[in-house]
Amino acid sequence: MDSIITITNLIHHYGTHTALNDISFSVNRGEVLGLLGPNGAGKTTTIRLINGIFSPSSGSISILGMNPALQGEQIRRQTGVLTETPALYERLTARQNLDFFGTLADLPTPERHARINDLFSFFQLAERADDRVETFSKGMKQRLALARAALHFPQILFLDEPTAGLDPESANQVHEMILTARKKNGQTTILCTHNLHEAQRLCDRLAIMKKGQILAIGSLDQLRQQFSPGINLQVRLEQPLSMDVRGTIRKLNGVLRVEEAHSNLCELLIETESIIPDIAKHLVQYGARILALTPRKAGLEQIYFHLQNNGTAGAV
Amino acid sequence: MNMKHIISIAKKDLLEVRQNRAAWLPMVIVPTLLIILLPLAVILIPQHTALPMDDFVNDPDLQSFLAKMPESMAAVLEGKDEFQRMLILLLGYLFAPMFLIFPMMFATIVAAESFAGERERKTLEALLYTPTTDQELFLGKVLAAFIPAVGVSWISFVCYTLVLNIAGASIFHQVWFPLPTWWALIFWITPAIASLGIFATVLISARVKTFMGAYQTSSSLVIIVIGFMIGQISGVLYLTVGVGLLVGLVVWVISIVMYRLAVKSFKRDSLLVDAG
Repeated sequence: MDSIITITNLIHHYGTHTALNDISFSVNRGEVLGLLGPNGAGKTTTIRLINGIFSPSSGSISILGMNPALQGEQIRRQTGVLTETPALYERLTARQNLDFFGTLADLPTPERHARINDLFSFFQLAERADDRVETFSKGMKQRLALARAALHFPQILFLDEPTAGLDPESANQVHEMILTARKKNGQTTILCTHNLHEAQRLCDRLAIMKKGQILAIGSLDQLRQQFSPGINLQVRLEQPLSMDVRGTIRKLNGVLRVEEAHSNLCELLIETESIIPDIAKHLVQYGARILALTPRKAGLEQIYFHLQNNGTAGAV
Repeated sequence: MNMKHIISIAKKDLLEVRQNRAAWLPMVIVPTLLIILLPLAVILIPQHTALPMDDFVNDPDLQSFLAKMPESMAAVLEGKDEFQRMLILLLGYLFAPMFLIFPMMFATIVAAESFAGERERKTLEALLYTPTTDQELFLGKVLAAFIPAVGVSWISFVCYTLVLNIAGASIFHQVWFPLPTWWALIFWITPAIASLGIFATVLISARVKTFMGAYQTSSSLVIIVIGFMIGQISGVLYLTVGVGLLVGLVVWVISIVMYRLAVKSFKRDSLLVDAG
């Protein structure tokens, strides 16, 4: 894979506080990497360091082959950042806002104007383009801030809590826009979020952070393999299972665990989905009447809370 | 250094000031009071009332002021009647240091709005992610404060000149203002005072979180102007052409020192950390 960002043993201190404690990871061209973690995990600091806003206390960062501590301006030409708050000039119109940032990005005037109009159409803001931003709803401001981040055709997009504080409709709209923009332009995206559903929906890989450290990194499947191997199979029955039957099922190849969730509900941990027909067959043989069989892989939420609570590896 | 970036930042800041009534209203009200209403009152009221000129001319403080007055300033009063002398003294000499309030006040208002205001409204972070250098950001914002501070001061000077000559036409029968001392005041000390106000506000803004906090703290710099006024009224410091040039030089030197400190304080990393 073509790595576009490589971070090695990065440490950053704010005075005596250690914001990042020896983190290393890389980001591949065209992928969406999610940085997950509670407040204070170091997500925003990582973005600031990659963009050359801060210089790291130690360690190295290479982005597009450049060093942000020395080549901040050149890097910021190639990156777009959606900050945690929209950070828009509320007394100016939407068009004045984008025109100002487009000028600072050195977009030539005709191209800038055309690009701004395209973005207004894409983000459904064309009708309000010449209204002051202070009259906009929260969702509209967030869309305008996204348009600003994408204005200068950045190779890498950093999105810090893109849907924080938005209603579900607006959040969904923002998700769709991120997915469409990625599909259209193949942008590399780094997404910082608290929203696990959002991360699961948008990201190719996830880095779970806590107190300035990366606890785990990989695709959801890789994280499952590492921290929650197997599949949870929920079996709903007409009658509770007898101890004997539970014992027999437990002995089947590929069944790792059998637990009774409550009287008519049994939860099994199995290795693969392929043994589900065998389990069903045995249950029927022993006279059990199955109402439902629901296989369920461990969700990101399960893995995330496991890591946050236990610090590091270990099965969920 | 990219001049286009600097000009864009200055233009954006000026546009924001134009939209902020709390910032531009004082720039209209204060000059209107001081350069139109006050001189008109001084010129017109005595002509239409029976105010005794003797009381003013024989005032002991004024006598002391006149006695210590340098020759170059006294020469302007020669051959003038009592009313003309009163107008020259009040509007030509004693009001002169008051003019320095304009560049100081306007510079601190706009600089506080531009530096502390941007942080207060949390718009600074997006600006820091643009491909601009720290120097371009700094100079753009300085320019945004310098242009209105000096511009409004100079426009006020032109208006003051017109008001004094038009309202005083029937008294002087000639163009009597500006006096020679004003040239150094307007074109040498005014930009220096504006610069001093801006750089001091940048330094204050690095430590204060709000526009009003920065503006109120930097407003205390007006004490320098009040010092000039007291110095002149008390006969300690007469703003002659020579003194004006010297005072301007001192203010410029202090401004340059403050500029260096302000540039040092204006760094991306410290701006964001301080902003929380």
